[in-house]
Amino acid sequence: MKITAQEVRRIILEQAKRANVGHIGSALSIADIVATLYDKVLNIPDPDSVERDKFILSKGHAALAVYAALYLKGWISAEELNTYCADGSLLGVHPEHALTGIDFSTGSLGHGLSIASGAALAARLRNKHQRVFALISDAECNEGSVWEAVMFAAHHRLSNLIAIIDLNGQQAFGYTKEVIAMPDMEGRWKSFNWDTHELDGHNQEQIRKVIEGLNTGSGQPHVLIAHTTFGKGVSFMENKIKWHYWPMSEEEYKTALNEVKGY
Amino acid sequence: MRKAFVNTLVELAAKDERVLLLTGDLGYTVLEPFIEKFPDRFFNVGVAEQNMIGIATGLAESGFIPFVYSIATFALLRPYEFIRNGPVLHKLAVRIIGLGGGFEYGPAGITHHALEDLGVTRLQPGMAVIAPSDFQQARSALLASWNLPGPVYYRLGKDEKTVIPGLQGKFELGKPQVIREGTDLVILTCGGIACEAYAATEILASKGISTEVVLVSTLSPAPIKDLAGILENFPLALTVEAHYTTGGIGSLVSEIIAEKNIPCRLVRCGVDSTKNVATGSQAYLHKKYNLSADALAKQVIQNLRMRRVNR
Repeated sequence: MKITAQEVRRIILEQAKRANVGHIGSALSIADIVATLYDKVLNIPDPDSVERDKFILSKGHAALAVYAALYLKGWISAEELNTYCADGSLLGVHPEHALTGIDFSTGSLGHGLSIASGAALAARLRNKHQRVFALISDAECNEGSVWEAVMFAAHHRLSNLIAIIDLNGQQAFGYTKEVIAMPDMEGRWKSFNWDTHELDGHNQEQIRKVIEGLNTGSGQPHVLIAHTTFGKGVSFMENKIKWHYWPMSEEEYKTALNEVKGY
Repeated sequence: MRKAFVNTLVELAAKDERVLLLTGDLGYTVLEPFIEKFPDRFFNVGVAEQNMIGIATGLAESGFIPFVYSIATFALLRPYEFIRNGPVLHKLAVRIIGLGGGFEYGPAGITHHALEDLGVTRLQPGMAVIAPSDFQQARSALLASWNLPGPVYYRLGKDEKTVIPGLQGKFELGKPQVIREGTDLVILTCGGIACEAYAATEILASKGISTEVVLVSTLSPAPIKDLAGILENFPLALTVEAHYTTGGIGSLVSEIIAEKNIPCRLVRCGVDSTKNVATGSQAYLHKKYNLSADALAKQVIQNLRMRRVNR
């Protein structure tokens, strides 16, 4: 099945409403990135294959976007998807590695890039051409451990490591520029000797092309600084702090669903 | 202990390509035998313990067996959440070598005293916690545990000479080792402090007191059944550890006595966490916290006397 950002968005809204939970804006923010990765980029013939690419959603609170992709891939069933946030489900707000297609449990920020670096190093030690993707948030770069991994990956020239920053300018309790300002994100990573690419995180074609053009055989690790809009696709959620946590009312759900259908 | 451990690790690495060694920029004059033999399987990740555990998690998930090395407090406490969410949650074969349990780094100061390492690791489900008592046991402990499927914590010391009498380097995962049999009381201990505990029994023997000494070298999986069987034979037990009195072997034995309803009085000898920790040599600090052989023997005599008075 083709994985479209529109379908990912629809599932995000549907499941968030059914489970009456938040983190909707964060999931919508990465819908285009996740759809692109799972549709056209990740080399994963099936989730159990050993020599496949790996994907770590380091900003685990946006897991719903990934569940949508796993469902559209056919790796989890509609019944499983519909257990999102239910008692005894493997589909929590944050991803759990016991679920098919999830490589690592995440939810605490600042872990994913280190783990991804270890996985990328493992592939190199085994002489396997295996890429490792880590999707992190801009606010996650507040965590010092992110920069430990940034230094390690650059030093060891882990060219099969691709970090993607969902740069939506928002965090749980404010706008990043007001909480911990990190201007010139690209310059920061460049100065740590990463291969950097700024792009529009909602332009699937651009994301795909940039990744296609990366030299993952040798050289520097890569970072895509994806400029995104928090809550993208639902006008009343866009760039609103409230939608980091808030669940939707019946009315809001209807409006949101209509908007993403036309998006 | 650490040199014997590293030499053994070199042997294992020669046999199994999955064995890797990572350090947080420590191990000068210790890790060289491994580095010389396997330069491509050694990584100094720099002074970055969180990243070291994260890297090890990614490596282990891909099938490697990474050993990570640092001073115990740095290896465990800085990256504790990385350990929990990484190797523990994912049940991965990451091995953490924590150097200098208790006061081994005495003069280095409080930041280097590992007084809660056994407690914090014992709390993590599925994590094996191993504290060898001498260099011979460090070797056999590694041989018995390097290939376990889940994570392991090794509390290692720097003493490469002392041999615990009666131990002969024996180690069995999840089993206690009785290194001296006795009838009046039992001392349960682990790690390098076992030599003080053993020396205390010599003092006691000279006064006609017969002490059994049990090494609990695996704190997790805890040898609950075996320890319960031993504790049932004694009216008095002392736990001896270079660790806070909570969380480690004292807590483990308390849990067993309480849950199994064993009529044994317990005295936990360890570091009182309410006192200010001072700096000094290991011997000085052991004395200060009543963990020296003399102080331990004194506590035994006091408690045996108390028992007679209370009778």
